[in-house]
Amino acid sequence: MSPTGLLRLASLILLAVVALAFPLLVSDPASTNIGVFTLMYVGLATSWNIMGGYTGYISLGHAGFFGFGCYALGLPLAHLHVGGGYAPFFLVPLAGLLTALFAIPVGWIALRTRAATFVIVTIAVMFMLQLAASNLIGLTGGTGGLRFPNPGWSGDVFNDPFYYAMLGLAVAAIAASWWIRRSKFGLGLLAIRDDEDKATAVGVPTRAFKLTAFVISAALVGMIGGVYGYYVTYVYPEFVIDPTIGISMVLMAFLGGLGTVTGPVLGALLLEPAQLWLAYHFGAIRLYLVFFAATFLLVILVLPRGIVPSLAVLLRRRLALT
Amino acid sequence: MSLLEVEQLSKRFGGIVALDECTLSVPEGSITGLIGPNGSGKTTLFNLVTGFIPADGGEVRFKSQSIAGFGPDRIYGLGIGRTFQLARIFPRLTTLENMLVPVRRAGLRALLSHGQWGAEKARAMEMLASMDISQVAGTLGGALSYGQRKLLELGAVMMARPELVLLDEPAGGVNPALLERIAGHIQQLNRQGVTFLLVEHNLGFVMNLCHEVVVLHQGRAIAKGTPGEVRENPAVLDAYLGA
Amino acid sequence: MSLVLQAAILGVLTGGVYALMASGLTLIFGVMRIINVGQGALVILGAYLSFVLFHNWHIDPFVGLLLTMPVMFLIGAVLEVAFIRPLKNDREALSVLVTYALALGIEGVLGYIFTANYRELSVWYDTQSFPLFGFRITLVYIFGFVLCLAILATLFLVLYRTAFGAAIRATMLNRTAAQLVGVDVERVSAMAFGIGVATAAAGGAVFGITNAFNPGSHYDLISRLLTIIVLGGLGSLRGAIIAALIMLVTTDVASVIISPEWSSFVFFVILVGVLIVRPQGLYGVRVRERI
Repeated sequence: MSPTGLLRLASLILLAVVALAFPLLVSDPASTNIGVFTLMYVGLATSWNIMGGYTGYISLGHAGFFGFGCYALGLPLAHLHVGGGYAPFFLVPLAGLLTALFAIPVGWIALRTRAATFVIVTIAVMFMLQLAASNLIGLTGGTGGLRFPNPGWSGDVFNDPFYYAMLGLAVAAIAASWWIRRSKFGLGLLAIRDDEDKATAVGVPTRAFKLTAFVISAALVGMIGGVYGYYVTYVYPEFVIDPTIGISMVLMAFLGGLGTVTGPVLGALLLEPAQLWLAYHFGAIRLYLVFFAATFLLVILVLPRGIVPSLAVLLRRRLALT
Repeated sequence: MSLLEVEQLSKRFGGIVALDECTLSVPEGSITGLIGPNGSGKTTLFNLVTGFIPADGGEVRFKSQSIAGFGPDRIYGLGIGRTFQLARIFPRLTTLENMLVPVRRAGLRALLSHGQWGAEKARAMEMLASMDISQVAGTLGGALSYGQRKLLELGAVMMARPELVLLDEPAGGVNPALLERIAGHIQQLNRQGVTFLLVEHNLGFVMNLCHEVVVLHQGRAIAKGTPGEVRENPAVLDAYLGA
Repeated sequence: MSLVLQAAILGVLTGGVYALMASGLTLIFGVMRIINVGQGALVILGAYLSFVLFHNWHIDPFVGLLLTMPVMFLIGAVLEVAFIRPLKNDREALSVLVTYALALGIEGVLGYIFTANYRELSVWYDTQSFPLFGFRITLVYIFGFVLCLAILATLFLVLYRTAFGAAIRATMLNRTAAQLVGVDVERVSAMAFGIGVATAAAGGAVFGITNAFNPGSHYDLISRLLTIIVLGGLGSLRGAIIAALIMLVTTDVASVIISPEWSSFVFFVILVGVLIVRPQGLYGVRVRERI
């Protein structure tokens, strides 16, 4: 294996060890909570990137799928009278499947439009979902909230299973993203991003490819939403179908670098702990919005390609010069 | 045997008649040139045949099968490729990746195959070598020179082994040395069995390369024959020099 | 039945306000091909500006427009130069994100200054109404509607009767061609953005009188506005106005027939329905990038 290949493998192994050992090394609930949310966003940003980064079709409504997945797990749990413990985790794939099924017609309609309108349609769908969740009181509990079963774990290790669940989903998302990136399907998606008409001219089935990426992305986000619901126990429409969650995952993918596998991961690893720290220290939710906006604007104007691609270009130049 | 048959094809854009019951055919195995003054409907014909815009009337048949209403991706899958007037490639993909994008059969196979490995990659490198651009395999499309892009565009289109290739101004914006190379590639591919229909304004290029020439004027085919025949045709001279 | 008609009339009147706000969006999209997702936040900003004038100096919101509109115009031009102009590649996609970021920034700042408490512009005439053919017409809505008509009429006059307006339309139709005939497209863009934001000021004043608002109100507002311009067809002024009227009448009527909670939902259902049949919207054009 080449030196860069060895380096890559080594850092991957190191990362894996750190990620797995984290709750054991830093076991206080405050820290593991940060871990849970950070891994959650690693998964969300990576999943979002499969659609937004690879195809260039920016969805600003992915929070809708997050919330849908949340309810898709919570409602069966409530109706099947599932108790706490590890059992709900086994139903998470079901939430993913349901979200995928929901995403098919949504995607079919949304993708009939051009990229600019697509963004707006995704926003509209998200608000529709929020409204539906608020109004279908009999089904979702409306603004009164939906209650997930009580996991029943004790306070100091409560976060740990969720940490590993989020880690598992994050790894799944990264694996999916990596696999897609290397496949002909992934090349087709990138071609669509560069020049969609040219892509059809060389036989890429753009409609089918776009829809597939959209559904995969939605399903992953939905599953993460499901785990989130179980983590916070009480779920309310405005907090789970929250535009800020949607914009956060986009910002992280952007910061790290759209269209790369590691970019969104890096973006999430950088931004989420910072966001949590700010929320904790400044409390006032309002100011952290300004932080958000400022970071976003900075990233877009200064590093429009994101960190990872910019670093790659720098590296390439360095290597070319030596 | 005619590989491509266009019959009574019509297209209007608002008040402008781009194609007016145009009829022509492309013999299998030939290099056919499509010439005509600006605005005669050449690019519109290409767009109709390759499924980018719908026709208002008439028929298009490929290997005796109607391809009316098919989308561009399906048409490529059937075996018709095309290049564009201003060479279009994928700027953020490398040259090699550009070669690996084309999809001939869009089934689960297309979704699951790892395009970077195996036979397809080897073929792509071979094609790049035959075009003399294998040294830029790892360069991003956006960093290529215009000439390299033109060659890449042609090479990529050939990846799915189309039987008919529509070339939109292959000689456009190209220096004489590259022009010869392009002509050479077209002839080589033609000898391997690929039929070409090319739109061109560079009449020298057309006359030297094409077996047959069709002249379009105001949306109709007004003349057809060997380059020599067409050159002598009074109707053609009229069309170009204007009444 | 009369309740439905009353709702329909209300819909027309409020539709005028939304038409005004949507027209600003359309103008910006038409000239610069960017979607200003921050338009809702700018409307709320306009509402807060009117609130400050009204609360501290008792300046009537409509009168206050003489001050807030020019100020917002300047804000808009500055925002355009600072944050939109630098965008080079992927303009359409990035502008959505940039303007969303601006919206969040504005929300954050407003929240910091004014807190999340709901505010209102409680002018003396906000509940005054007069009877007309058996229906009650609330004065405020009439004022708002007339204001919107006036501004829209001025907009049309400027666009179609002045040289500057011609420059704007030229830039909307073909940016490069406009440049070639000597139009300073950068300046036109900044001014168009400024005008779009100025209309938000007007919308904000009326919105502030007829609704309670807080910094977070822009989400609901922008989702409606975006839905309206997509329904009308991106880039079509006529489409935006008609779509606004359709949307508002339908939701107000739905509010009466079904329920207020579901009325917003109906809004989006209409959008989805139209997009299935006509992806380009009512008056939009199916644009092929380049063939």
